[in-house]
Amino acid sequence: MRKPHADTLRTVGPDKKANLRRMNAEARLAADVHVFEPHRTGLPPVGPYLRQLWNRREFALELARANLRAQHYNTTFGQVWLILNPLLLAGVYFTLVTIVRGGSRGSDFFAHLMLCLFAFRLVSTSVGEGARSVISGGRLILNVAFPRTLLPLASVMTAFMRFLPTMAVYAVLHVALGLPIDLELLWAIPLIGLTLVFATGAAMIAATAQVYFRDLTNFLPYVTRVWLYTSPVLYYADEIPARLQPILQANPLYPLLAGLSETVNQGQSLNPEYLAAGAAWAFGTLLVGALFFVSREREFAVRL
Amino acid sequence: MLSASDDRAVVSEALDGQPQDHAVRVQNLSVTYRTTIEKRPTLRRTLVRLGRRQRVVREIRAVQNVSFDVAHRTVLGIIGVNGAGKSTLMRTVAGILPPNEGRIEVHGRISTLLALGIGFKSELSGRDNVILGGLAAGLTREQLAAKYEEIAEFAELGSFMDSPMRTYSAGMYGRLAFSVAVHMEPDILLVDEALSVGDARFKHKSFDKMRELCAQARTIFVVSHALQSLQTLCNEIIWMHDGEIALRGEPGEVIERYRRFLDVGDKDIALEED
Repeated sequence: MRKPHADTLRTVGPDKKANLRRMNAEARLAADVHVFEPHRTGLPPVGPYLRQLWNRREFALELARANLRAQHYNTTFGQVWLILNPLLLAGVYFTLVTIVRGGSRGSDFFAHLMLCLFAFRLVSTSVGEGARSVISGGRLILNVAFPRTLLPLASVMTAFMRFLPTMAVYAVLHVALGLPIDLELLWAIPLIGLTLVFATGAAMIAATAQVYFRDLTNFLPYVTRVWLYTSPVLYYADEIPARLQPILQANPLYPLLAGLSETVNQGQSLNPEYLAAGAAWAFGTLLVGALFFVSREREFAVRL
Repeated sequence: MLSASDDRAVVSEALDGQPQDHAVRVQNLSVTYRTTIEKRPTLRRTLVRLGRRQRVVREIRAVQNVSFDVAHRTVLGIIGVNGAGKSTLMRTVAGILPPNEGRIEVHGRISTLLALGIGFKSELSGRDNVILGGLAAGLTREQLAAKYEEIAEFAELGSFMDSPMRTYSAGMYGRLAFSVAVHMEPDILLVDEALSVGDARFKHKSFDKMRELCAQARTIFVVSHALQSLQTLCNEIIWMHDGEIALRGEPGEVIERYRRFLDVGDKDIALEED
């Protein structure tokens, strides 16, 4: 990196030149000093931590991409599975609901089911991958010092990369069914954004919990399934009888999924309560998840 | 590209032969872990223990009140019996384990070869793992792209670089890990128990590479049980015992005392070397 200074160096005398070089060199060395001390509060200094996190963002992105590549390595359909998987899943659930309902479900409902199922999968994939992220990063954790938050973050990115093509599938269906195309559709952006915030917090909680309780990933598929059934995915939110409403209300994903279905799928205006409750759940979970994860992450190297 | 070692040369030149600054300074370092006593926790034992209100954690004082300075250009060997705290010390210097007490100051960029850290995702290719490891260590994509060919060539893996790492042999793993660690342009290289990776020929090559790094004014920490190798490679040795520094000094002397402590003859050492 000597080149940018070349002009400056030429215009000053030899003494100053040496001086400048020395100052540059000192500055570079000083920038590379690390001090490791005990953290008294259990949390590392927030500023430097966030800076490191930002500096290594490429790592999370690359890890997310690599995970995606590895998932369908060696299959005939390869990346086509990114579309095929959610389509098949939506088909299976639609068949189930149609039979249970005695055939009363129309194509509009199929669009609702698809939209909400894909948004739900964004969260459940983040949590599932997140739970494994720290454990499977064991070797890297034992060998390199970096903010461990990058590992669950990469899981959320993987989940999001799998989510994006499903949105394209939904868009095609939306247009094909002649569902309303208006400004209400734009609510999808903040609602999915909040879903991502929630997913990040939940992934960090799952990643930390898995280190201490290795049975978690065994329970997780069942927890996820019950969570799906208590979310307004296989039915519309307003179809639930009043006495079961409390169960729905306790579900962090309820406001986000209901909001998504009503605005994007049904073309209604957004109920502000959904937005407020969704945002509260999302940022609350992120805060809890981040504190839980970051306060424990220095222990991971000993626990793996 | 200027590495920090060039910078250091410039700085020391300018300081007119004043003594060089230290690369690593460890002050009153103590590291204590808490681990569970049970190797395989079972539900039954957990319930029994909960009933009796027993505690399961045990404190291990892996490093106790250790202080030392290491000057730039030093090749420091660390020896000691298993469980002496060598690996813990290395991990703490690398910033992987937090110290419980004391302070560590590290001047320069660290590269580690501790637990064969490369290949942490065995379903990914060697290429992916090299890039991921490098990015995690804080290198930029451009730096990695510039280094990649050199890394692949040094590891001699050929087309295996694009195969999933689960298809690699142990030697191939080791070669790639070593190649990555030494090509990261570290100012300080930490190597743990990885002196003899690959076959005899590659071992030679890795030794040469380490000497080359020393010549470039890098600082190297090596943990090993291969005493003869350490004697030729290092210019200083720390002998650790029970988490403390038992002896520090010139390689010949420390190794001699350590051998006497272990009570093994030269014949056994020679066997250990391979």
